[in-house]
Amino acid sequence: MKYLALAAGTLMSTAAWAETPVLTVYTYDSFVADWGPGPQIEAAFEETCDCDLKFVAAGDGAALLARLRLEGARSDADIVLGLDTNLAGAAAESGLFAPHGQSVAPDVPNPSGEAGAWEDPLFLPYDWGYFAFIYDTEKLADVPGSFEELAASDVSIVIQDPRSSTPGLGLLLWVKEQYGDEAGAIWEGLADNVVTVTKGWSEAYGLFLEGEADMVLSYTTSPAYHIVAEEDESKAAAPFPSHYMQIEVAGKLANSDQPELADKFLAFMTTDAFQSVIPTTNWMYPAFTPNEPLPDAFAKPIGPEQARLIPAGDVAAIREEAMAEWRAALSK
Amino acid sequence: MARGALQVRRWPGGVAAVCVATLILGTLLAVVLRAEAGRGLGPSDWAAIRFTVWQALLSAVLSVLLAIPVARALARRAFPGRRAIIGFLGAPFILPVIVAVLGLLSVFGRGGILNVALRWVGLPEVQIYGLHGVVLAHVFFNVPLATRLILQGWQEIPAERFRLAAQLGFGPREMARVIERPMLRRAVPLAAVVIFALCISSFTVALTLGGGPRATTVELAIYEAFHFEFDLGRAALLATVQIVLVGVAALLALRASVAEGFGAGLDRVVTRSDSGGLGKVSLDFVSITAASLFLLVPIVMVAVEGAAGLWKMPAQVWTAAVVSFCVALASTGIMLALALPIAIAAASWRGFEAVGLFGIAASPLVIGVGLFVVIFPIADPFALALPVTALVNAVMALPFALRILVGPVRDVVESYGRLSATLGIGGWAWMRLILLPRLKGPLGFASGLAAALSMGDLGVIALFADSETATLPLQMYRLMGSYQMEAAAGAAVVLLVTSFGLFWAFDRGGRSHVDA
Repeated sequence: MKYLALAAGTLMSTAAWAETPVLTVYTYDSFVADWGPGPQIEAAFEETCDCDLKFVAAGDGAALLARLRLEGARSDADIVLGLDTNLAGAAAESGLFAPHGQSVAPDVPNPSGEAGAWEDPLFLPYDWGYFAFIYDTEKLADVPGSFEELAASDVSIVIQDPRSSTPGLGLLLWVKEQYGDEAGAIWEGLADNVVTVTKGWSEAYGLFLEGEADMVLSYTTSPAYHIVAEEDESKAAAPFPSHYMQIEVAGKLANSDQPELADKFLAFMTTDAFQSVIPTTNWMYPAFTPNEPLPDAFAKPIGPEQARLIPAGDVAAIREEAMAEWRAALSK
Repeated sequence: MARGALQVRRWPGGVAAVCVATLILGTLLAVVLRAEAGRGLGPSDWAAIRFTVWQALLSAVLSVLLAIPVARALARRAFPGRRAIIGFLGAPFILPVIVAVLGLLSVFGRGGILNVALRWVGLPEVQIYGLHGVVLAHVFFNVPLATRLILQGWQEIPAERFRLAAQLGFGPREMARVIERPMLRRAVPLAAVVIFALCISSFTVALTLGGGPRATTVELAIYEAFHFEFDLGRAALLATVQIVLVGVAALLALRASVAEGFGAGLDRVVTRSDSGGLGKVSLDFVSITAASLFLLVPIVMVAVEGAAGLWKMPAQVWTAAVVSFCVALASTGIMLALALPIAIAAASWRGFEAVGLFGIAASPLVIGVGLFVVIFPIADPFALALPVTALVNAVMALPFALRILVGPVRDVVESYGRLSATLGIGGWAWMRLILLPRLKGPLGFASGLAAALSMGDLGVIALFADSETATLPLQMYRLMGSYQMEAAAGAAVVLLVTSFGLFWAFDRGGRSHVDA
């Protein structure tokens, strides 16, 4: 009798487990790391959804998109979290995404339009930041203050590949936005400063921390991580005349087998429960300012007049040319 | 060739050969059909082709130049440990590439011991990423190979020649002109061309130390087209370029190896009248010591750092180790199922061996892309990542296995064929009673190589793996990517021990029963 009860109990619990819907979210590696936002967000969402939230690390930015196209309709992914506005055009073109159907007013600077307006029907923002070169104040004395100064110096940098990573693409567009037709010449000047081009942000930042380069392309908020998490004030962002922005977005896949749950997750993403986790785990500014104030280390060093962002719809036209200039300069 | 009265069954070999040819040519065809002809190659593709050829050329020339003094020193000196050193020169062949890369980083990386020393004496630092690093890693792997090939050349010179030369009163210059230089003229190009062919299709080294527009090989460009852009057409086009490059290199290697020397060498030290003198002795001492340090220090660094990292490894490392172990065993099984029938058939017709040697010209990523193209419409390629890896690894090990097996199989057929036929032993009974017991040694050696190569391989799996399935080398690469260097070093130790352990177990297993 006891065994029967036990067997029945086991069977029932398996059945219950089998009924728990699974929401699969593809994202980048650092999001799911133990110290990243993944674990906290998973716990917070599972409390409300009666579901199993599964994060899958599938590479940075473009690699994430390539992975989705590779898997096509067969993909298990319900949500993709970790593209940015620079990739949104290419992602929309793939036809893999469904409209989110929400109207939101994010607290994100909008250099080319009205603040707070969000018009993308497929993707919702969850955080944002300014790209910047990070250096160690104890090791680097002459900090370049612009791309020209960096190119003229012998400061070594690690950057990310624009074909695979969103920071890499951001840098490409940053230089292109600021210098236009001169961008190729800037890249030729930078070529001898580049130690290596990595596939993703994690590799590049790791190389910098190991001392393989003087500076790394990251975000103005990266030093906050060292200050808050490690009580290390030695890292700083080099101020440039202008800083390109990144707005990170998430979207729902058209082939999702959990469309309602996916909508629920996207709605959850804009609430405090999600947004309050972002600053001290993903080290970016939350897209919807939560109630609790940001740590002091997040005090914005960059005014909105310095912010630059190419509108998502214009990126595709610029990307090809910028990529060709980058490749030509760096393959010499 | 005396085949004996025994009629060896050739059809299993035929089937195996057809399977291999279908896999290699079929995937190639799938790739070529998928490549869109009108697209052409862009400037970055040409840069990748130029870089591929240039780094292979540099690697080959440097490896050979460095190997000559080492080979000469080993050829003309007798000292305790000489045999151990020569044996050790074979180790890089089964050393997982990613482990070596980690070792090289800990020596030549910016935080490595070399740069710490350079900083200390105030010299400029060396840079490991890009062309330098790729060539450095290739030289690391190929100096031992070049040394062995050139040493073989030296040992094939009969001792009598040196004696005769001494009698004729040859000085060092005449000795070099009349005896050594003609030998080097034969051995050096062969070694160089073999290394060139190996470096053309190098993937792991380019993936870890190269990258970016400046240091991308064609094999890496295939991976990037596939992984970053999901541009199957461009991946296929690059794959076609890769086949041409590797094919030309393999043909060059085959041509160079035709001009072989004077039969088997006696592995003994030739006493030479011209090897005395403090200058030569110290030169030889420095050559051997420098080469040993260059090869040993990176591995020792990995072992030391890894011992500490063993406790910091995430659980995925152990899962990946089990996955890799199973893939290696499966791959060895597939290799045997292909190699043994082909070797038996090749005992009566050499043409069969050529089919297996195809594997040398094939590139794993090309086969991978081809299989992806074929599988994609009918099944989920990611679900098949591990079987595909086992299969491709088996085909990659096949040429080496055939080199090892064909000779001994032919010997057995020739020696025991008539007797077996007289006694009416054939088919399975012949295999079980006559062939296999006599083949245990070579079978063990071939299986050991196949298992170790598969264990350490990072190629096809990089194309197919999702975040849940990973082999140990891929897991290690991911740890390096997220800069958990201690955990990566721990994984490297596990990988190193498993690779060499598998090789040792198979090779040992084969040899222990050889007299049974």
